[in-house]
Amino acid sequence: MTRPSSLAALRAILAKDLRVELRTLQSVPAMALFAVTTFVLFRYGLDRESLSGGLAAGVLLATVLFAAIIAINRLFVAEREEGGFDAIRLAPVDATALLGAKAAALVIYLVVLEAIAVPAFGLFFLDSWSGIPPLAAVLLLADLGLAATGVLISSIAANSRARDLLVPLILLPLLVPVMIAAAGASQELLAAGGPSYDGVLRWLAVLAFYDMTFAAVGFAVYDYLLED
Amino acid sequence: MADATSIQRPLTAASAPEADGAVELRGLWRAFGDRAVLRDVTVAVPAGSTLAVLGPNGAGKTTLLRVVATLLRPTAGEVSVLGCALPRDAWRARGRIGLLGHEPLLYRDLTGAENLRFCARLYGIPGDGAERIAELLDRVRMARRANELVRNLSAGMVQRLAVCRALLHEPELLLLDEPRSHLDPEAAGLVEPMLGAAPGRTRLVVTHDVKAGLAAADTVLALRAGGSVAYAGPVSGLSAGDARAIYGGAP
Repeated sequence: MTRPSSLAALRAILAKDLRVELRTLQSVPAMALFAVTTFVLFRYGLDRESLSGGLAAGVLLATVLFAAIIAINRLFVAEREEGGFDAIRLAPVDATALLGAKAAALVIYLVVLEAIAVPAFGLFFLDSWSGIPPLAAVLLLADLGLAATGVLISSIAANSRARDLLVPLILLPLLVPVMIAAAGASQELLAAGGPSYDGVLRWLAVLAFYDMTFAAVGFAVYDYLLED
Repeated sequence: MADATSIQRPLTAASAPEADGAVELRGLWRAFGDRAVLRDVTVAVPAGSTLAVLGPNGAGKTTLLRVVATLLRPTAGEVSVLGCALPRDAWRARGRIGLLGHEPLLYRDLTGAENLRFCARLYGIPGDGAERIAELLDRVRMARRANELVRNLSAGMVQRLAVCRALLHEPELLLLDEPRSHLDPEAAGLVEPMLGAAPGRTRLVVTHDVKAGLAAADTVLALRAGGSVAYAGPVSGLSAGDARAIYGGAP
């Protein structure tokens, strides 16, 4: 027996998570249904047939953010209820492999969600789809931030009885910078009359900085988080 | 009749921590908040031997196993497992320990074979452990049910898979917490030889079956309710009356 590399362990945990999700469909369908339902509510609640600029960005990003909470709450359910934390900690692997695998799984869930939610958003609210392709970069960086922060908070909350409450209470304030930066970039891309790129790169840099900061914090503290 | 306090005696040479012990505990305390679950536990388990851990409910037996398994940090005291000081060198001991506890540590939405392949990947077993998995499944007579989801299996079948998981990486140290749980006599007969003493294998066995536990052990650690040590020493130093006294006189 050899000690597996962190990358091999990460791949094994990620493959396990994706297999379980494909088999049980517990997270992604619920996220997609939530997002589409929320768009319907906004459509009639705002009584608007089209949105642009900051309002469009806010509706899209807030919906994605709250849909992400569904997946983040479920991220460690199997580890908590079926002994996965112990099984992984007994193995000769870095705890950061678990962090990386869960973050990668969450990013995949969010990308699949957005592949459904963004076209639905376009159908409900957009006059022009020209801002959608460049929006992919904003959403991807926002997804990385959601994943880096979400996995940390989900790990902390996993063993608490109040975890369903703790995740949004702790996570949402931490995600305010992601929302500000992603909305700042998105409102330019979804502007009425077509996308504008003024200031988009600056907001993307803010998102990238946030992502790297929380990824570094996660790698630094995750071993301690998993201790009893 | 002897009571639990009356069998407290100095540690014998056999039970005092030794340099080559596979597991050495010196003055181990473990608390959850203000409540101490293990109190000043000192015992050594020489490599290749078996320690029976006895005691009533609430004596801290499972907590002791989890500390040795590196899953819980000691609150105070020294713990050495396979030559690694815990918690500092826990990462060196992991992968050399097999734990069969109250939980099977299997994912219910994976099949038995998928669970074992997942474990094999985590332990870096070449070829995802295909040969070893097939051998173990065959020995516990689960080969034909290996591709069914764990959630659809009976508790006894899940326990048989848990035995395979615990032994998959051929651990040097085997920690067994009531290993016969959920098993009918036939299944127990299948797994007992697999979990038994073997060359180079050190075992810590938690059991309420005092007779069977003592028969299979070289040394005994008896804990009182509350986690203090009633007896730590060789099996030969413990009379049947002492063993009964550990459980407050119950047979």
